[in-house]
Amino acid sequence: MTEVTLVQAVSMALARAMEEDENVVLLGEDVGVNGGVFRATKGLQKKFGSERVIDTPLAEAAIAGVAVGMAAQGLRPVAEFQFMGFSYPGLDQIICHASRLRNRTRGRLSCPIVYRAPYGGGIHGPEHHSESTEALYAHIPGLRVVIPSSPVRAYGLLLAAIRDPDPVIFLEPKRIYRAVKQDVEDDGEALPLDLCFTLRDGDDVTLVTWGAAVKETLAAAETLDSRYDIDAAVIDVATLTPLDMDTILASVEKTGRCVIVHEAPSTGGFGAEIAARLAERGLLSLLSPIERVTGYDVVPPGARTEHRYLINEDRIIAAARRAVFFPEAPTEQDHTMEDA
Amino acid sequence: MARKPKAPAKSKAAAKAPANSGSRLNDDIGEDKRLKMFQLQLEVRHLETRAHDLFLQNLVKGTSHLAVGQEAIASGFATAMRSDDYTFCTYRGHAHTMVRGASMTAVLGELMGRECGLLNGKGGSMHLTSVEHGAMGSYAIIGAHLPIAAGAAWKSQYLGTGQVSVCFFGDGTTNIGAFHEAINMAAVWKLPVVFVCENNLYMEYTPIGDVTAVEHPAADRASAYGLPSIIVDGNDADAVYRVARDAIEMAREGGGPSLIEAKTYRHFGHSRADPAKYRPEGELEEWMKKDPIPMYRQRLLDFGIGENVVSSIEEMVMKAVDDATEAAKASPEPGSEYLFKDVWADGGASWRN
Repeated sequence: MTEVTLVQAVSMALARAMEEDENVVLLGEDVGVNGGVFRATKGLQKKFGSERVIDTPLAEAAIAGVAVGMAAQGLRPVAEFQFMGFSYPGLDQIICHASRLRNRTRGRLSCPIVYRAPYGGGIHGPEHHSESTEALYAHIPGLRVVIPSSPVRAYGLLLAAIRDPDPVIFLEPKRIYRAVKQDVEDDGEALPLDLCFTLRDGDDVTLVTWGAAVKETLAAAETLDSRYDIDAAVIDVATLTPLDMDTILASVEKTGRCVIVHEAPSTGGFGAEIAARLAERGLLSLLSPIERVTGYDVVPPGARTEHRYLINEDRIIAAARRAVFFPEAPTEQDHTMEDA
Repeated sequence: MARKPKAPAKSKAAAKAPANSGSRLNDDIGEDKRLKMFQLQLEVRHLETRAHDLFLQNLVKGTSHLAVGQEAIASGFATAMRSDDYTFCTYRGHAHTMVRGASMTAVLGELMGRECGLLNGKGGSMHLTSVEHGAMGSYAIIGAHLPIAAGAAWKSQYLGTGQVSVCFFGDGTTNIGAFHEAINMAAVWKLPVVFVCENNLYMEYTPIGDVTAVEHPAADRASAYGLPSIIVDGNDADAVYRVARDAIEMAREGGGPSLIEAKTYRHFGHSRADPAKYRPEGELEEWMKKDPIPMYRQRLLDFGIGENVVSSIEEMVMKAVDDATEAAKASPEPGSEYLFKDVWADGGASWRN
């Protein structure tokens, strides 16, 4: 066991995958000699050679496209975009080709690619360095969207993503790249890609989240418990598409209440999809309206106002209490459910 | 399923012809390859013309982009390629896919959306792919397949397979970013890839010269990537073959990529919807004089190939196209279950939900 951060776990998984399979190659801007802007590929070029850890020109369309060509011919490329906001020049390749080659060729060609990108705010970066546009990718049939929220899940999910036969958008919440350390065993064990992770059981309300927001959501669940005697379940969705709705539904059937938490803007955010599916399949279990705690429908702001934009524990607590006290409005005097 | 016609046995033309024409016939290209290129050009011409007819009969839906007039490029390159080399092409890709060995029935069937099609009717005219023949896809988004071809070439280089990727695109592609990104990468990494610009003078409806800063849209950009400027008469299969052979050989030996601009002309408009009224009067007529097929036919005769050999190839190709048409027409349309297949690796369109 080694105690590592999330970004170190990414690096460990990459090294492991490369050791296991020489068809795994890495490419991206500065990933080789410099080990990447966040050091996720640190030391890998030294270990595996410049042939397998490739410094590319600053050209995202070509990075994305070269990966398609490699993958369709049997390699397993892992391509890095330095920031999610830089992935858009590669969208044509990802949407029109990586996600569709299998379909249009009836399975004769396929694209086992992982496109990695640090995503989300919290590092005081300007807008392109801070956005959460995972819903763009989740909208595309044929793509998986996977977001780890801990070192253990980063290691296991990245290994699974690299071994998966479909293209994966692997979004790494950079705000928590170094937030916590966890023991991660470098045993090559992958985690399942098609399951949500229940991080906390609870009977009163289900908090559904992913990415860096898992941190605030878990903290909110603790506070809900200690201060308000509200027992919140916390589900880390982890794989947005294909979505494991069964785990979410099972929890909501028990709690009757759901708060969806994500950093991305509200409109058309992936929370809307989860809410819609809850309405379709779980409406009769709901005791209160579904709550969403999300980013505002604005462009990610600059460094000085970022803290006003990012979701925080208080907003999650308030939403959970609204759900629990529905149809009454909670007041600060409401300390326990019994009191209400 | 109708088979592709096989080239007739080698003629005795060289023996019968005057001494100088025999030596011209059996130069660095030789009789076999010339007969093959003639046959391939005819196959493309008649297949494309048939596709046009099938459109008019409403048997092909959607749109299609014909390569009538541009046959020499596909045929010259295919003749110079090794069977395991890769072809990447655009939506104007019927020719490039068929010349690698895909059957006419499978090509026409795909155009008609039939079960017998190359992709069982799901890909359509703009996505023809035949993996077993090295035809690694037609890409309908301009420029997209240049990086993809570079990626395939990267794999060949990494695994030392000796395979070369040949990537065909139109003149319009030279103004999109992916063109420049891909060629730069290929040059930096010395990838075994040959980029071939089929310059037919019009990007869609607009003359390429009106929207491009240089006269030769591909060749004039080559120096930016440290590559020589290569322009070839794209209507002369022999000239195309020679330039293709040299570029492919260089790529295979580790000499890196080439960028070739082949000058040509499409006899039809951009697509089914385009009557090509934007062409100046007389331009088509001028180019018809340089139609690659009559020109090549005459060359074969001048080189001493018998009229009977040439006409037997013509008859055989026509029959093959007719047979393929009937076979494709007789093939069923795919069922609606196809809609929900092959989105994901498990073969379906949904997972848990």
